[in-house]
Amino acid sequence: MARIEQTDDGAVVIIGSGAGGGTLAHELTRRGIKVVLLEAGQRQSLASFSQNPGEAFGQLTWLDPRTQSGTWDPVKTSPTLPVWIAKTVGGTTVHWTGATPRIRPWEFRSRSTYGEVQGASLIDWPISYDEMKGYYQLAERRMVVSRRNGNPGLPASNNFKVMYAGAQKIGYKQVHTGYMAINTRPADGRAFCIQQGFCVQGCKTGAKWSTLYTEIPRAEATGNLDLRTRCMATRIEHGADGKVTGVLYRDSAGHEQRQRARVVCVAGNAIETPRLLLLSESAKFPYGLANSSGHVGRNYCHHINGFIWATFDEPVHFWRGAVLAGLVEDETVNEPKRGFFGGYHFELIALDLPTLPLVGMPYGWGRDFASFIDDYRNMAGLFINGEDLPQASNRITLDDKVKDANGLPVAHVHVDEHPNDKAMRQHARMQGKKMYEAIGAKRVVLSPTTPATHNMCTARMSARPEDGVANAHGQTHDIPNLFISDGSAFTSPGSANPTLTIVALALRQADFIGKQMAARAL
Amino acid sequence: MTIPIDRRGFLHKTGILTGVLAAGSPLALLAPSRAWAVDLTSLTSAEAATLLAAARTIAPHDKLEDAAYAFVIRSLDSAAAKDEALRKQLKEGAANLGAGFVAAPENERVAALRKVEATPFFQNLRVQTLQVLYSTPLAYAYFGYEGEAFSKGGYLQRGFNDLRWLPEVPPADSGPVLGV
Repeated sequence: MARIEQTDDGAVVIIGSGAGGGTLAHELTRRGIKVVLLEAGQRQSLASFSQNPGEAFGQLTWLDPRTQSGTWDPVKTSPTLPVWIAKTVGGTTVHWTGATPRIRPWEFRSRSTYGEVQGASLIDWPISYDEMKGYYQLAERRMVVSRRNGNPGLPASNNFKVMYAGAQKIGYKQVHTGYMAINTRPADGRAFCIQQGFCVQGCKTGAKWSTLYTEIPRAEATGNLDLRTRCMATRIEHGADGKVTGVLYRDSAGHEQRQRARVVCVAGNAIETPRLLLLSESAKFPYGLANSSGHVGRNYCHHINGFIWATFDEPVHFWRGAVLAGLVEDETVNEPKRGFFGGYHFELIALDLPTLPLVGMPYGWGRDFASFIDDYRNMAGLFINGEDLPQASNRITLDDKVKDANGLPVAHVHVDEHPNDKAMRQHARMQGKKMYEAIGAKRVVLSPTTPATHNMCTARMSARPEDGVANAHGQTHDIPNLFISDGSAFTSPGSANPTLTIVALALRQADFIGKQMAARAL
Repeated sequence: MTIPIDRRGFLHKTGILTGVLAAGSPLALLAPSRAWAVDLTSLTSAEAATLLAAARTIAPHDKLEDAAYAFVIRSLDSAAAKDEALRKQLKEGAANLGAGFVAAPENERVAALRKVEATPFFQNLRVQTLQVLYSTPLAYAYFGYEGEAFSKGGYLQRGFNDLRWLPEVPPADSGPVLGV
C-alpha cells in the first residue's frame, strides 16, 4: 500500500470505499493514478464478521445520529434510524444482499416516458441505456453476476420454491433466482455460496461480491492506494479559482487532518455525500459546494419497499439459503393502467428471528402479533423494490439542532410520499398477497416501509446545469475537479437495486477521469 | 443486617428471579440442575417478577418457558446497573403496574399495558423483550430457527432446498447445486 504525503497535491482523494468509491479506487490505481481513500469505518474481514445478528448490526451499521421528518413510515417505526447503511471498509457492499438487476432502458428516460407528473421533479438521465450497456456488462463480469455472461443461476431455495409456485399460479412468467453477485461456483478467487442465509452480516465465504475483498485489495496491490480507515471527511476545501484543493478529515484519534488533492470524488452514500457538500459551504459557495442549482440534497429517492410475509401449513425454513435469490420481473414495466407510473420488482427475502419482529413486521405486541411468529418455521417472504418518484422537497439538509461527535450538524432526512408511491406500494402488496394466497397461505402480513437501504439522487446528474449537480460523468457542473461517485449521482432511481448501476457508473467515471488526467484537463 | 455480595465482585444483590426448566428444555441438557436463578443487581425480586409478566404479555408464547423471558429481565437488570435513568424508569414502570399485575388474568394485564403503551417505559420494554427474547437459544429451539450456519458448512447440504410440498423449480429458473 502506498503512503501518500498529506501535502501531495497530485493525488485523487476518494471519500467512501463502498460500491462507488471502492470500484473507482481500483480503476484509478490500476491506471497508475495515486489515490487516497478515506473511509469513516473500520476494516473487517471474513474472519471478523460476527454471526450474531445483533452484534453484526453494530459492527457494520452507520449508527451516528440522523434525524428525519415527513409522512413516510420510518418517522414512526424507526425514528432514530431513517436509513440502514454501513460504516465499514467496503461500505454497503459488505451488508448488501447481492441483487444486481439493471435499470431498464425506459427508466433512463423516465421524464419522457411518464410525461409531466404533478409534484415530481423527474428529468431524463443525461446517459442512455445504450451508453450504459457496455459498462453494465463489464460490471457484471467484475462482480460475477449469476445468469449473465454464461454464469449459472443460484439454485432454488425453499423460500424461492414458494415464491415461484405462487408467481406461476397468478400468471407471472419472468420468475427465477435472480441476477446475483453471489458465486454459484468458485470464481474470481472467491468461494461459492454455501447457502448460509447470513448475507447481511457479512458473507463469511466471500461468495458475495464486496469491494472489501475484491476491488480494495487489488487497488492496494498496485502500490498506488493509501487507504485510511476511521477517517471521517468533514470539509472539502477550494481555492480562489473555485477548484477543490483538498479534504479536511478527522483521523481515528479525532484529530483534524488535511489531505491535498488534484481531484476529489465523493462516494459517501446519498445521505453523507450531500451532507459533506453542504458542510463545505464557504464565502464563495454559500449554499455548499456544487450547489448553484440548489439541487444538492434534493430529489432524495429510496425505493418503494416493504416485506410481504406468508405462513403455510407446511414448513419452509426460509432462513436457509441466499437471502435475496429470487426475482419476479413481470411488474417491472411502465403500465399506467395499473394506476401509477414506473415499475417494481418482487425479490425473495428472509429475516433472522430477532430482526423479523423488530423491523420486519408492523409495530405490535400481544397475542395476535406473537401468534404470527409462532409460525416462523412455516413462513415465506417477499420484498417489494419499486421506483419512487423524485420530489424536490424530499431532501437531505443539515440539522440545526443535532450535532455529531465532531460537533458538526447531522443529516436530516425529509420524505413525504408521492401519491404515485402509495399507489405502487398498494398494487405490489395486493399482488404479493395474491401470489401467496393462490397457493394456500394461512395468513399474510404486510410490513410498513423499512429504513431505506437504497439511497439515491441527492446530487443528481443532469444534462442542463440548472437541473442537477453533475454532468453525465458525475463531474459537478460547478467545479470541474469535484466528482460524485455513488448513488447520489443517479438522475432517477429506477426499480433496480442500485449497486450494479453504481459500479457501472464508477467504471465509466474512471475512464473519463483517467483520460482527463492524462490530457492534463484535470 | 448483612448485604450479600455477588460472587463476581462487589455488585450488591438486590433480588433474585428463580424458576425450574421444563423437562424437555434445551437448556436442561447443559445445566447442572433444572432449577435456575438470576441474581439481580438493580431490581428487586418483586419488580423482576412484574417485568417478567409484562414481557410474557408483550410476546405471549404459552409453551415457551419462563427461563427464556428471564433472559430479558437479566439484560434489563444489568443495563439498569449502569444507567441510573433506566433503573428509575424500570422501577417506576413496575410500581405503576402494581402488585396485582403478576397474578392478573391476561386480559387485565393487556389492559394495564395498553394504558402505558405511549410511555418510554413500555416502548423500551417492548423493544428489549423482542430483541433479547428472540435471540435466546431457548427461543431459537422453540421456533425452530437454526441461526448461523457458517460453522456447520451452511445449509447447502443441510436442507436449504428440502421443501417437497410444492413442485420443483425447472432448471432454467434455478441453478446447479454444487457437489450434488
